[in-house]
Amino acid sequence: MSGSTDTATPPALLALGAPRWAFPAPDLRRFVSPLVLVGVWQAASMLGMISPRTLAAPSAVLATAWGLAVSGELGHHLAVSLGRIGLGLAIGVSLGTGFALVAGLSRWGEEIVDAPIQMIRTLPFLGLVPLFILWLGIGEAPKIALVALGTSFPIYLNLFAGIRGVDAKLVEAARVFGLDQRGLIRHVILPGALPSGLVGLRYALSVAWLSLVIAEQINASAGIGYLINDARDFLRTDIIVVGLLVYALLGLLADAVVRMLERRALAWRPVLLKERVR
Amino acid sequence: MTTAVRVRRLTRRFGANTVLDGLDLDLAPGQFVALLGRSGSGKTTLLRTLAGLDAVPAEAVVEVPHPTAVVFQEPRLLPWKPIWRNVALGLAGGDARGRAQAALREVGLERHLDAWPATLSGGEAQRAALARALVREPRLLLLDEPFAALDALTRIRMHGLVIDLWRAHAPTTLLVTHDVDEAVLLADRALVLSHGRIAADIAITLPRPRRHGGSEFAALRGRLLAELGVTIPNPAEAA
Repeated sequence: MSGSTDTATPPALLALGAPRWAFPAPDLRRFVSPLVLVGVWQAASMLGMISPRTLAAPSAVLATAWGLAVSGELGHHLAVSLGRIGLGLAIGVSLGTGFALVAGLSRWGEEIVDAPIQMIRTLPFLGLVPLFILWLGIGEAPKIALVALGTSFPIYLNLFAGIRGVDAKLVEAARVFGLDQRGLIRHVILPGALPSGLVGLRYALSVAWLSLVIAEQINASAGIGYLINDARDFLRTDIIVVGLLVYALLGLLADAVVRMLERRALAWRPVLLKERVR
Repeated sequence: MTTAVRVRRLTRRFGANTVLDGLDLDLAPGQFVALLGRSGSGKTTLLRTLAGLDAVPAEAVVEVPHPTAVVFQEPRLLPWKPIWRNVALGLAGGDARGRAQAALREVGLERHLDAWPATLSGGEAQRAALARALVREPRLLLLDEPFAALDALTRIRMHGLVIDLWRAHAPTTLLVTHDVDEAVLLADRALVLSHGRIAADIAITLPRPRRHGGSEFAALRGRLLAELGVTIPNPAEAA
């Protein structure tokens, strides 16, 4: 019990009261509050306040996760899910980037591309699942298509806005100094739109997980979503929680990856420069 | 007389507003010319036309030497490229880094070769913009109020730097400014743009290096201010 009270102490108080208790790295700080919640949950389960049928205790979840990992089952389902995300995201990012370039770089491109995309965007894309099943069957295709469709919108919208937001004065100066259209796109417009593009990528990643959860409920025989649905039929809340945790951890991990990308690709930005000096 | 820049019958309208009205202009090679005018008088429009940023109307003649380089009021450095890459932007031919380095050495920024533009002060950024213009070895250097946004002390140092560079490279230079003192301090010749034409063309033959003050300086200053429609009490008294 004493262990759980320790973890339940708010980290802010710890930091104030004991200066020696320093966080090792800013990125790890993000994992502290989830751990605190887990502590509270474990305590409640051990006190019998939560029945395992409603929600398994974290210790039971951990044991199940260990078992699934050792048997290779978790790895297999994870690989299948990651494959769907990876392929869907690659297609979605390519489509979004392509359309954003066409619409962002020319007036006629905007007129042709932007209107239909804005119209399709008003549809809640998850509602397209029945149509996708009719068109693409119940195999891998509709799952990947759903991820691709969902991720292409945030990429398109943010990159398009980013391209249009590039300072016209910089474009003008670059043109005076002899850059042709291709040089302008490469040296001025794309780097200028990159910050918005990366914001789009971050949105796209969260949409990708959401799409995956829905997509994996379509007659899946593998993947984290299958693992969860299968567990539901046997009232195995521990497996369901393992699946949800894997989704959550992957989401955090993806976010960390994009942050790292931003740090590297946007090192020139005044905000990041100041951070590094500090 | 050979001319480096020749403009004939240049008219520019924005809606009902005629900014340039059949303007004629000749600049001699290597001359340092200051172009004065009230705000909205078309100074920047003329400079943009010479820079090739605005189209030349069919009936007009605009002849400029090549290469031409511009320094704008703001540095306009690409924030995502280190200083030397900004200077080397669009540069044809080999050893871009070496040439950029040489130009940055001339403006005293050699230490900042790999720095990000965001880390530079206003004066340093404008010096980098000057290096970006210089590295092209321009035969026509267009300066669009490049010192207007700088503090007074930095501006004085920039004046000295621009004159040194102009003497070393001898490009025909057109400085758009609203600062009469700056014009008298730097230029061989001051033009006043008014009602879309060159309303006054005044030679400045003060010996270099020049300093503020003196009766000749004050007289020129008073004359230019009068052309701009500003009357000051008595320039002789102030001097």
